[in-house]
Amino acid sequence: MGIKPKIAMYWASSCGGCEISLANIHDKLLDVEANFNLIFCPCLVDTKLHDIEQMSDKDIFITFFNGAIRNSDNEEMAQLLRKKSRILIAYGACSKDGGIPSLSNLYSTEEHFKNIYMDNLTVDNPFRVTPKIYTNVEEGQLTLPALYETVRSLDQVVDVDYYMPGCPPEPEQLINVLDFILSGGALPPKGSRIGVGKTTVCEECKRIKHDKKIKKFCRTWEIIPDKKTCLLEQGLICMGIATSGGCGGLCPEVNMPCIGCYGAAEGVEDQGAKMISALGSIIDIEPLKGMSEDKITEYIRNILKDIPDCAGTFYKFGMAKAMVNRRVK
Amino acid sequence: MKKVTIDPISRLEGHGKIEIFLDDDGNVENAYLQIPELRGFEQFVVGRPAEDMPVITNRICGVCPEAHHMAATKALDDLFQVVPNSAAKKLRELFYSSFFVTDHTTHFYALGGPDFIVGPDAPAGERNILGVIRKVGVDIGKQVIACRQRNHEVIKLLGGRGIHPAAGLPGGWSKAINEEERQGIEKTARANIEFALFTLKAFDEIVLKNSVYLDLITSDTYRHETYYMGLVDNSNRVNFYDGMLRIVAPNGQEYVKYHPCDYRQHIAEIVMTWTYLKFPYLKNIGWKGFVDGASSGVYCATPLSRLNVADSMATPLAQEHFEKMYETLGSKKVNGRYLPIHFRLATHWARLIELLYAAERMLELATDEEITCPDVRVIPSGVKGEGIGCVEAPRGTLTHHYLTDERGIVAKANLIVGTTNNYAPIAMSIKKAAQKFIHNGIVDEGLLNKVEMAFRLYDPCFSCATHNLPGKMPLHIALKNNSGQLLQEIRRD
Ligand code: SF4
Ligand code: SF4
Ligand code: SF4
Repeated sequence: MGIKPKIAMYWASSCGGCEISLANIHDKLLDVEANFNLIFCPCLVDTKLHDIEQMSDKDIFITFFNGAIRNSDNEEMAQLLRKKSRILIAYGACSKDGGIPSLSNLYSTEEHFKNIYMDNLTVDNPFRVTPKIYTNVEEGQLTLPALYETVRSLDQVVDVDYYMPGCPPEPEQLINVLDFILSGGALPPKGSRIGVGKTTVCEECKRIKHDKKIKKFCRTWEIIPDKKTCLLEQGLICMGIATSGGCGGLCPEVNMPCIGCYGAAEGVEDQGAKMISALGSIIDIEPLKGMSEDKITEYIRNILKDIPDCAGTFYKFGMAKAMVNRRVK
Repeated sequence: MKKVTIDPISRLEGHGKIEIFLDDDGNVENAYLQIPELRGFEQFVVGRPAEDMPVITNRICGVCPEAHHMAATKALDDLFQVVPNSAAKKLRELFYSSFFVTDHTTHFYALGGPDFIVGPDAPAGERNILGVIRKVGVDIGKQVIACRQRNHEVIKLLGGRGIHPAAGLPGGWSKAINEEERQGIEKTARANIEFALFTLKAFDEIVLKNSVYLDLITSDTYRHETYYMGLVDNSNRVNFYDGMLRIVAPNGQEYVKYHPCDYRQHIAEIVMTWTYLKFPYLKNIGWKGFVDGASSGVYCATPLSRLNVADSMATPLAQEHFEKMYETLGSKKVNGRYLPIHFRLATHWARLIELLYAAERMLELATDEEITCPDVRVIPSGVKGEGIGCVEAPRGTLTHHYLTDERGIVAKANLIVGTTNNYAPIAMSIKKAAQKFIHNGIVDEGLLNKVEMAFRLYDPCFSCATHNLPGKMPLHIALKNNSGQLLQEIRRD
């Protein structure tokens, strides 16, 4: 083999879990070391910004980019790495769809500041100050970056080639992708999700599925579900039906519903909308026969009242990518 | 006046920044540690069902998601007024012990440890996990990887996922284990004890038998007298999962012991405009600024703090090493307990004693006959409207507090995260190290290392860079005059 291809991993607004998923490929890391030149990864190697800036365009073979776009630093790095990389992969839910931190889009920065720095339960802030971009301290000036009002996914900022779903992607998935690259196989079409199958979590989930006829939804704390039967059939909101497979159904395996971290399944535009339409088809409508329209509405309302937070339930990992991706008021 | 900027994670990685101001003689006048990021969890969890908190708040940190998952789950016990049965409690603690083993291992071998194992004066390029492996041998390197791997399997088995677990519920845990699974976990726990003992032996040989290192640990540069905080059981022994919060004064006397639910009577947080992170302090003493001593409200919550507040360790081997540490570092027993150790670098040693404790505790739980009980959930009957949960995260006491409506929808949330407790002490340690090593405007290469050591010992979580292999933190110091002109630049890439 000639020169080892350069790869990079970068975190924008990230929790670090995506990096840990790289560390968790354990001894496979040695293979990575043997076959690639990990040119840039703030947690692993110390290449600096100016080193990247000096590289020629498209010099990096692949960049795995994780974390959402939350401030100007994140955006600049996304642009730089786009320019320097042949292939840019949105790695993990935050980069792919905004992730859990994009639930922030349901509130304004002002609300964040008020709640966190002024009305918080332990806060001591008699003068009601909040962080500022410029602060003059006794000895001089200190600066802070400004927050963006809206959290965005990577592809809302730059052109993205592939997506690796998961919060974080399971280490096996990363291993599969690395192995595939090493095999030199033909690259999939641009825009594909890689490392995952084309099906949903439901297809991978080992639970027994019957015809679903749901009369009542319940919350996870209310019931101890049967260990073998589909959780959705038992009334728990399980997102598996609208979520891309790839994890193998990890959460249902420990008796917890899928919360949708792999994002929309193949061919699905909007994960939440898909879930809502799926629910529409599995609510038991037997009792509706012959009912008046008012009664029907009341019946449906009554069933849906047990889903208290549609935004946070159906778009937990993808508010940035929802059709309506922030609160408009 | 000159301004020195240490941007440990530099502009591109942007999670933490140190600004040092020099006076006209070129000596350190002040140092600021800024956190340039806010992700807003306390705000955007509002409106979400409380039972989602264990899986939403674990996304605060991908390095210690287990700690957030557990604090949130315990807050739900309180919120839903339900007490998990003892089997469920043991299962949670088993999961949690395994997490502590892997987290402390990562810190020692990849992050803080290289300072000692490879040496504080070794070339920067050597002070990382690879340097550690070169020094202690490839076999050991493989053992470190194996330790992380086997514990991640336990975490995944019990919690559903290796990162960002899913199994926490009010009143229990969603997954029970069978006998076969238990046997596997028991094996892991036994291997963990061996590994912890081996690690302590290596620390003894490499660090303690070397007078240069021992002098460094006991030097004044890395010494601070503050209050200390940590969870203790009803015999005042270290506990990661449950107990009362005990705070001791710098002179070792118990200042207060309280139930975590009463945290608001004791802790307050101050806001500064130059950083996104708040500074917690002891409310009844008050915020007096970044200063040591009993009259300052600054407290510390770290592995060393947990040992300092405790009378003893709850497991036999950890107890032996606990005594050895206090004796070796010259602490005396007064009224049946050791006086606190104020040498901050001893935190690394304390972390290893905790590693051994976590491994021993894991074995106790894995061999407890109740641990395979299939019944690990109690169904709550309703919502109280307020819930507080507290655990020890590897980096410090972690508290989650939720207020909800009658349906259990979060209306307000307050999170005091492990590292946040230590924000003021870390800032103070940085300032002290800078004062010690910058004179007459001259900043030498060694400063980078020494300042880095001063904050790395806390294993701070706001700079995720310090939590990953190999944990070598690039540093960048720019020396500027008052008009912002660059006078000198040092980087350690
Ligand atoms: S996708 Fe998940 S693991 Fe990755 S940075 Fe976002 S929250 Fe963390
Ligand atoms: S809805 Fe959930 S439990 Fe049911 S089959 Fe799909 S993933 Fe499994
Ligand atoms: S089951 Fe759903 S939430 Fe759980 S890991 Fe898989 S995709 Fe993510």
